[in-house]
Amino acid sequence: MLFRTVRELIDLAESQGKKISEIMIEQEMLVTKKSREEIIGQMEKNLQVMESAVEKGLNGVTSHSGLTGGDAVLLQKYIEKGNFLSGEFLLDAVSKAVATNEVNAAMGMICATPTAGSAGVVPGTLFAVKNKLNPTREQMINFLFTSGAFGFVVANNAFISGAAGGCQAEVGSAAGMAAAAIVEMAGGTPSQCADAMAITLKNMLGLVCDPVAGLVEVPCVKRNAMGAANAMVAADMALAGIVSKIPCDEVIDAMYRVGRAMPQSLRETAQGGLAATPTGKRLAQEIFGTPQKK
Amino acid sequence: MKFRSVFDIIGPVMIGPSSSHTAGAARIGRVARNVFGRQPKWAHVHLYGSFAETYRGHGTDVAIVGGLLDYDTFDERIIQAMEIAAEQGLEVKFFEEKEVPEHPNTARLVIGDDEGELELVGLSIGGGKIEIDEINGFKLKLTGENPAIIVVNNDRFGCIASVANVLATYEINIGHMEVSRKEKGKLALMVLETDETVDQEVMDAISKLPNILQVARIVE
Repeated sequence: MLFRTVRELIDLAESQGKKISEIMIEQEMLVTKKSREEIIGQMEKNLQVMESAVEKGLNGVTSHSGLTGGDAVLLQKYIEKGNFLSGEFLLDAVSKAVATNEVNAAMGMICATPTAGSAGVVPGTLFAVKNKLNPTREQMINFLFTSGAFGFVVANNAFISGAAGGCQAEVGSAAGMAAAAIVEMAGGTPSQCADAMAITLKNMLGLVCDPVAGLVEVPCVKRNAMGAANAMVAADMALAGIVSKIPCDEVIDAMYRVGRAMPQSLRETAQGGLAATPTGKRLAQEIFGTPQKK
Repeated sequence: MKFRSVFDIIGPVMIGPSSSHTAGAARIGRVARNVFGRQPKWAHVHLYGSFAETYRGHGTDVAIVGGLLDYDTFDERIIQAMEIAAEQGLEVKFFEEKEVPEHPNTARLVIGDDEGELELVGLSIGGGKIEIDEINGFKLKLTGENPAIIVVNNDRFGCIASVANVLATYEINIGHMEVSRKEKGKLALMVLETDETVDQEVMDAISKLPNILQVARIVE
């Protein structure tokens, strides 16, 4: 194993003058004994799945429950009108993140990044910044390896599932991973990648997992939207030279401790938070006929 | 390090909506089927923790049945798994357990047919990754940090040596190994934790050995 922490990852990349994506590929070769071509080929396939999911979502999908779908389309139409306030690439990232999660909610095919519930953030931001940075296919694949490197550290030092650590572990991790990968693609340093990840995750700390009716729909789709927005803004902050006062590894550790302190009702049991609101409970009743929880 | 590969993070490619409750659930079902060696006629699925509370919303039930039908996480037939199982004569019952498990996403599968039965406890630990905790009441002492395979064999001399021999040929080092059997001379199983990933070619080589009945990966 070449690295276990963000610090080790950054030191390796900077001392060898390599990109984080390259360190991730080297570690994968070391651990799995697979060839570089095989590993890159597999990531290329994942990229294709992500691309198809974004495309499908932008054409409009609706979930079985009817709770989610169509919002990606609304956003694209809104962007086309040109009267938006925040920013074109930001909104494009948001709409593509929403598109992916709408496809996921509709039991469509997606690539988990790092989970299915948080699968929108990484591809959403990737396919938005693509229009600004005009990356090669190889650079797009590297975006996924960089995301994976940061997610790998989080998964092994904290958690990436809502049932274990709340939404901060899922969308929080995904947004941090995306922010770091955007920075690398935009030409930032490995340290700036870590700062972007840290800034993002700091702003997702404490986010609970409270799916209405236990479905990966409300509020998951909109959490992916804001995860993408968070990642885009944090990437810009890091590229501007803003440094995270708390190092990335310590932010990950804080996320772990916050997750451990979270009650079970806020960890994907559909018993607390938005799931326990009057409307949340009514929706569950309408969908299943009976409350999910007896 | 429970997550070893970048594809544990960027992946799996899967049918939504949840990597732990859908993809992980499908994988647990599929491992149970592979260890059993054939499609069972019936399955009793006991769900614990978050699995018990939200399985309907996440399609956990459908995904486990899909796994029992040997579908991978990205197989679109998972959506119709309940109907297909019914058509193929696989009867499935679900039980929502109140007991608080050590891991929030735990499933206990008891599957069988006229010939035999298998009990397996699987944990879905996030991002679609799973761990097998128990097989036929036999608690596996796996770290979950290394790849592991299970081999079901006739309890005969030389079986363990022949499996170890295949792994040696492919330069795979065994880090930890457990063997168990129900009765002398009948069915036995061995669980091997390895330093290197055991790929399909090696799995096929083991399954061709005499007296080997099933080979399945329990930790990727």
